Amino acid sequence: MAEEKPAKRILDVKRRPMPKQDHLERIKNFDEVALGYPIETAVEEASRCLDCKNPLCQQGCPVGIDIPGFIRHIVGREFAAGIRKIKQTNALPAICGRVCPQEEQCEKMCVVGKKGDPLAIGRLERFLADWEAASGKLEMPEKASKTGKKVAIVGAGPAGVTVANDLLILGHDVTIFEALHECGGVLVYGIPEFRLPKAIVQREVDYVQRLGARIRMDFIVGTTKTVDRLLEEYDALFAGAGAGLPWFMDIPGENLNGVYSANEYLTRVNLMKGYRFPEYGTPVKRRSRVAVVGGGNVAMDSARTAIRLGADEVHLVYRRSRTELPARAEEAENAEEEGVIFNLLTLPVRLIGDETGWLKEMECLEMTLGEPDDSGRRKPIPIEGSNFRMPVDAVVIAIGNSPNPLLPMTTPGLEVNRKGGIVTDPATARTSKARVWAGGDVVRGAATVISAMGDGRIAAASIHQYLTGQT
Amino acid sequence: MYDVIERRMIVPNLHELTVRAPEVAESIRPGQFVIVRPDELGERIPLSVADWDRQAGTVTSIFMQVGGSTARLARLKPGEFIPTYAGPLGKPTLIDNFGTVLCVGGCYGIGSIYPIARALKKARNRVYAFLEARAAYLLYWEEKLAETSDGVFVVTRDGTKGRKGHIDRMPAMMEEAGITPNLVIVNGCTFLLMRTSELTKPLGWKTTVSMNPIMIDGTGMCGVCRLSVSGKMKFACVDGPDFDGHEIDWPEFLARRKSYNLEEIDPLRRSSAATHF
Repeated sequence: MAEEKPAKRILDVKRRPMPKQDHLERIKNFDEVALGYPIETAVEEASRCLDCKNPLCQQGCPVGIDIPGFIRHIVGREFAAGIRKIKQTNALPAICGRVCPQEEQCEKMCVVGKKGDPLAIGRLERFLADWEAASGKLEMPEKASKTGKKVAIVGAGPAGVTVANDLLILGHDVTIFEALHECGGVLVYGIPEFRLPKAIVQREVDYVQRLGARIRMDFIVGTTKTVDRLLEEYDALFAGAGAGLPWFMDIPGENLNGVYSANEYLTRVNLMKGYRFPEYGTPVKRRSRVAVVGGGNVAMDSARTAIRLGADEVHLVYRRSRTELPARAEEAENAEEEGVIFNLLTLPVRLIGDETGWLKEMECLEMTLGEPDDSGRRKPIPIEGSNFRMPVDAVVIAIGNSPNPLLPMTTPGLEVNRKGGIVTDPATARTSKARVWAGGDVVRGAATVISAMGDGRIAAASIHQYLTGQT
Repeated sequence: MYDVIERRMIVPNLHELTVRAPEVAESIRPGQFVIVRPDELGERIPLSVADWDRQAGTVTSIFMQVGGSTARLARLKPGEFIPTYAGPLGKPTLIDNFGTVLCVGGCYGIGSIYPIARALKKARNRVYAFLEARAAYLLYWEEKLAETSDGVFVVTRDGTKGRKGHIDRMPAMMEEAGITPNLVIVNGCTFLLMRTSELTKPLGWKTTVSMNPIMIDGTGMCGVCRLSVSGKMKFACVDGPDFDGHEIDWPEFLARRKSYNLEEIDPLRRSSAATHF
């Protein structure tokens, strides 16, 4: 009967804006830029959800979160139930809510987005995670009874922590081996404090420890103990060793002083707190004219870090146009707001130093766009004779990295591909070596936090099947 | 946290640090290094390893006090702790039966060349140690090296021990002794690594140097330890630290090595008064 149908709602097409630190203020600190939705804003934003019968957004999520489910709880102000719903499938909501490229995933599929702004799913996920942390009432999930099986996890990054979470809930015994002196992997050494506060990463690591994970720091699997040695003690091993050596452009001058990989630049600042030198022991150079090469999120993070370190001018040098920038639109906007100058369609060809080995100039070529290449993006073509020089005293190269080489180098029988990534079966995350699974950047090179978590989820399911004799 | 078992100054400005780290002690091999953080706010610095005791689970390094971090390490007392002691890192020095091997050590490298000489001796090489120091009072571990080698040569800048002079005397001294090494392995300060390589190149003596660039993670992630070897970019932490000394771009390496000199000593300043360089 027609009367029983809910009244057709007027589509609320306007996304509620995210409160942010003012750009003139935030360039002077490393505090988080996006402040999070207040409760009322979250409820309003959540109320824009159409609660589709066939939620496409969920298909867009690499870990398959029940999105309409948790949104419904926000609308009903049942926040505890909402966060419980998310945690059924996502161990790191406070992190994913902040750093997932939702516009490429869940939000891209959102039906509201066809008529207006898609629902701010990521912001709502973050809202629930922050609400739970602020409430101080952290709920622990039910754990299955102990299976007596032991799993070693290499790397306490997003992939490893996800595997740990899933396997602990299933009753297995988990030990995480972390090479660095802090847990979190790229979440602590790569992503800056102003985008992902380290206290939040610590909160999530504490959570898996409360679930029962043992963590061994300063333990480099491969050299401190080999994979084969660990397999004598453990029933299965997950390799989530993360990213490896940075890529350079293979142009003259890349070893000049003043030239950094983004990994080095960001590690000095984020993991080692170089911006607080000499209180912290690791120095970072405060340069006045910085160019960051690349167009991804890591390039944006580097450029925005350079601004906060007090550079007079920060340039982002990218060889294609604005349309092809791989970074999240939100991050590119933040960078521009903070004063980063975008030099698009520009390709560095040579770095020039002074007589003491310090960088002083960068020679570039102007580019134009040709036909789409294999990646589907229009191919940048150099304009002959367009060479020009930019005076710079620091260049940060943020064009990607290979998978970490240490594990394959020290593990016989672990097959790697041409790019150095561990080869896995995508359906199970199994490697060529018996009882070894792998996922995240050690497989993919430089990918996203959520794809690492997705790999972790698949690996955990497959490890569980193996341990319980289902395969 | 890792227990400091021993920390003493063995010669002026060079310290011996022994730490309890059983898993590192069990796995370490000659030529490898560890990453150490002196305190919770400290930077990660690589230290070459000079000895270990698998039974006791201890690892020993010799390090030179140069900047803020090593100054903090140099103040450690037995019974105290350090927060990070990670390793072993880097590829071990290749140990094989080469024939005659000359192990050149200077500064902290007199310590780190010792386990290399010991392993080479065990692999039935004729092993000679060649030690360089500014003066006799800066030499150490000569007895240990004498035990593991077929002869020890010494040069001091001021002539207080062995021959007077520096590493440049080495080829003549070898000729005098009738020694033609099949391999020269050098551990020590960058200048010693470079100069030895320059001397052995015209002689055609294969020379392996243990490179000592700035590092942060030490595990093949940050890329700060890069250097040019045979015109190719290499990373000391995972491709090295040992490289062919004749193939290294030394001026580039020296410049990179010095890039944080000012910051290194910044924490040592006792007042904000201008310092002179």
